[in-house]
Amino acid sequence: MAAGILEAMTMATADQIAAEEFSAVVTRHRPQIFRYLLASTRDVDLAETLTQECLLKAHRNWKSFRGDSSAMTWLLRIAINLQKDHWRNRRLQFWRKTQANAVELDDASDWLPSGERSAEQQMMARERVAQVAKAVEGLSERQRTVFLLRYVEEMELREIARSTGLNEGTVKAHLSRALGRVRAELGGRR
Amino acid sequence: MSFKDKISGVSGLGEEPESKTELEAKLEPELESEMVQALTEFRSSVHAWSESVYSRPRVAVAATGRRLWLLAAECALCCLLVAGVSGGVYQRHHRQPVAQSAQPSLAKAAQPEAVVRSPQARPEDEDLLAKVDSDVSQQVPSAMQPLAQLMADDDSR
Repeated sequence: MAAGILEAMTMATADQIAAEEFSAVVTRHRPQIFRYLLASTRDVDLAETLTQECLLKAHRNWKSFRGDSSAMTWLLRIAINLQKDHWRNRRLQFWRKTQANAVELDDASDWLPSGERSAEQQMMARERVAQVAKAVEGLSERQRTVFLLRYVEEMELREIARSTGLNEGTVKAHLSRALGRVRAELGGRR
Repeated sequence: MSFKDKISGVSGLGEEPESKTELEAKLEPELESEMVQALTEFRSSVHAWSESVYSRPRVAVAATGRRLWLLAAECALCCLLVAGVSGGVYQRHHRQPVAQSAQPSLAKAAQPEAVVRSPQARPEDEDLLAKVDSDVSQQVPSAMQPLAQLMADDDSR
């Protein structure tokens, strides 16, 4: 009887600790997950929805997270898979919705911090950002994912490989092709 | 590791010359600085955009709109339901007085006719019944008559 009560109390305490840990992880990583999904989909509503789904899924599976990788890598992996599922399941609807809700490339470059630049420099910078965004839009799903994780989230190749489930060589190859596209886009502008 | 290092690490500018692609080789060297700058700006713009969207006050405009729309739809349905029910009840209640008011007048209209008809109808009916009785009725032999007749025949023999 006493052992049963003790066991129940221990389980309750463990659950509470797990909930607190998860809450801390969400607070720390949620903006980054959202940022990746926003950059990838360019749709605020969709990014918010996928972020919620990602965190919900992570919450359900939090006990199974063994800490082999960082929590961020694990969360990103969930986010990437959710995004893939979304693309796969509702390709047509998603595309239509994305077309309707997506921010225009020119608008995306409006978010460039002005800093201490002249108007001309700002205009040039906006143009460059728009070019990169256009190139990113034209990338394949994998190339875009790898590119954004590397150059927007500044993740290491090893972490990208873990998040995407690819090996490092494949990640490098995708990055190289993605950079090639961006270079071509920037070179074409000149 | 700096941002530039990360780019060179992938594109093969410094550490990994074997991964340098044909396209990269064709590009002019000064593009690389522009490339780094463009990627840095792109990252800054994505960060700023995300931060702006993420930290914006969550105004539940769409949700409120949808909720209002749902509320309006619910109200409309409720009104229809109430109108239907009350209409039905009103119609039912309206029919009863009409029927009640119509009943005495119908009864009154039917009564005098019956009253008028009954004194005339009574002798005719009696006559008719008497005629039927006379037509139908016939003299029936008594129950023992055939047997008595047989006995009488035997005695005579």
